[in-house]
Amino acid sequence: MTFSRRRFLQHSAIATTTLMAAPAVFRSGALAAENPIVVGSLHDQSGPIAASGTPMVYALQLAVDEINAGGGLLGRPLKVIHYDTQSNIQMYSQFAQQLAVKDKVDVVHGGITSASREAVRPTFDRFKVLYFYNVLYEGGVCDRNTFCTGTTPAQTVEKLVPSAMKKAGKKAYIIAADYNYGQITAKWMTKYVKDNGGEVLSTDFFPLDVTNFGTTISKIQAAKPDIILSALVGGNHTAFYRQWTSAGMKGKIPIASTTFGLVNEPSTLDAAESDSILGAYGYFEELTTPASKTFVEKIKKAHSDTPYISELAACTYEGVMLWAAGVKKAASIDRMKVIEALEDSVAFDGPSGKVSLDKATHHTTRNAFLAEVKDRKWSVLESYSDVKPADTASVCDLVKNPTDTKQYIISL
Amino acid sequence: MAIYLIVALDVLNGISSLFLLCLGLAIIFGMMKIINLAHGEFIMLGAYATVISANAGVNIWIAMLIVAPLFVGLVGLVIERCLIRFLYGRLVDSMLATWGLSLLIIGIITTIYGNTQQGVPTPLGGFSIGSYQSSYYTLFLAGMAIVMMALVYGVMSYTRFGLIARATMQNPAMAATLGVNPARVYMSTFAVGAAVTGLAGGLLAPVSGITPGMGGAYVAKAFMTVVGGGAAILSGTMSAASLFGAVNQIGAYFTTPVYGEVLVFTAAIVLIRLLPQGISGRFFKGNL
Repeated sequence: MTFSRRRFLQHSAIATTTLMAAPAVFRSGALAAENPIVVGSLHDQSGPIAASGTPMVYALQLAVDEINAGGGLLGRPLKVIHYDTQSNIQMYSQFAQQLAVKDKVDVVHGGITSASREAVRPTFDRFKVLYFYNVLYEGGVCDRNTFCTGTTPAQTVEKLVPSAMKKAGKKAYIIAADYNYGQITAKWMTKYVKDNGGEVLSTDFFPLDVTNFGTTISKIQAAKPDIILSALVGGNHTAFYRQWTSAGMKGKIPIASTTFGLVNEPSTLDAAESDSILGAYGYFEELTTPASKTFVEKIKKAHSDTPYISELAACTYEGVMLWAAGVKKAASIDRMKVIEALEDSVAFDGPSGKVSLDKATHHTTRNAFLAEVKDRKWSVLESYSDVKPADTASVCDLVKNPTDTKQYIISL
Repeated sequence: MAIYLIVALDVLNGISSLFLLCLGLAIIFGMMKIINLAHGEFIMLGAYATVISANAGVNIWIAMLIVAPLFVGLVGLVIERCLIRFLYGRLVDSMLATWGLSLLIIGIITTIYGNTQQGVPTPLGGFSIGSYQSSYYTLFLAGMAIVMMALVYGVMSYTRFGLIARATMQNPAMAATLGVNPARVYMSTFAVGAAVTGLAGGLLAPVSGITPGMGGAYVAKAFMTVVGGGAAILSGTMSAASLFGAVNQIGAYFTTPVYGEVLVFTAAIVLIRLLPQGISGRFFKGNL
């Protein structure tokens, strides 16, 4: 069949007129009820950060499936549009635009690193798309359009540092990754060491591609600290724990970390290398509450290849559920109505326990747990209930300044 | 006193691991003038070969010293036959092709083993000097660097293969008229370079975090060292590795690891400015 330009013009003219003449049909309520509510997902499923992103996507899918099984929201099913951001910040910007403009999603859950969050947040602010960031991070994001459901330093580091100091002593040596997460977390560590009457002997930062920790290990030995606080990140930095053990330092100076174990380190390192490392997070796969057990079982049943299910996955699941609770409460998918409903202390009982949203900061009040690696698994030592995001609360008040969209660097 | 010994050991460790990481590249790039941007992935393959076989029950020493170089050498052979042999003399093209190759290898390993870390525990234990601790593995790495140096020197200087290889690299047309098959020599040299790189990966496996993307951390430093070393593959690589390894470790000890890295790259820039032919272009002319 040939398709002349004239024919084409005629056809499009007819089509356009029909569309314009009959808007009522397309906008009618009868059809809209069938229209799915669209959830955007931006997570890295390939590249270096994929080990973190994969369980998050599984958790998001689980939450959406459960909501759909229960009849959806407002009588409409949920539909997920997922983009694999490939551990690439440019992809984040590109797909964020696409979700907002082309896919016209009602909410976006996603972003893993702080850099990726800061790359997409302005886009969602500009196009007025509700945004959920479900990852533990350094704190300080103050934006009425954004909800941060992961833990911040006041919830975890504040518990980790004193417990570690009680166990070992007051002199600390901090080692951290050299980018904003590591830099800011190191500041928080310093603050809590001082608050607890201790002293920081030295703070060393490492570019992400540093693989040889020989000199650092010697320097640590020369400084003779009682405890090492680590915010090292990624595969290259895992080398530290190996080299530490091979130098025979294991067990001589205890290590507490804010990052260890997020992507399965306890099961990939040898028991001798990881035993007794302390960590504090908002969730551990090893939690034995019924809600946690069902959560883990469901994900592992659906995806037998799931890496360790850490706080990242639990917060993603809880983030979607909190958003759903907000939509139900608002009885509308309109962005401002949902935000107002969420601010009215929406809460959800998730795998980590009760999680509730804080109106002034858009962060969560949630449980925190302290654990120790034992025989390649986390063994939970303490749990703290309803810990508030005090760090962000000290700089951010969205009730007073609802137009704020900054990330504050909290000065200590 | 003990602290100086420990720092000296760290420097030794820095130098020997850098040397081991670069030797394969020195053979492939220094001798054959093939820019192999997949060098880091050859290291990664060596590390994976070690970890996978060690976790499957193979003795760790056999996994490191035999499985890793054999496997990567074999991979190198296949790659030379399928890709590299079309690219001799085409510097820029070889760069592009091997870059694509590196992405492909990362993709394949990620698909098979996923993105989570792998690992084997470090063999040998630690020993103490005064109140300080260090590991025997550091000494073992230094020993391996010396063994590899002697091995490469021996093969290149005293064997027929070494002689033919050097002659072919210098003047393939002349070698061909004397009855040598240059294609075969290129093939085996590339495979040997790959095997040496695989061995470095295997030796590194017990002290590093092993992920499909780990090669990226090594490739820039390896090129910097080989270029800084200049034309003589052995003496050049050894002297450049000594310089950069020492600068890195001493810099990191007295300042911070960030400045340690910065210092190394500054030293590389200054070195290339002062000695455009690399260290061996000036001091080890005509050496191996």
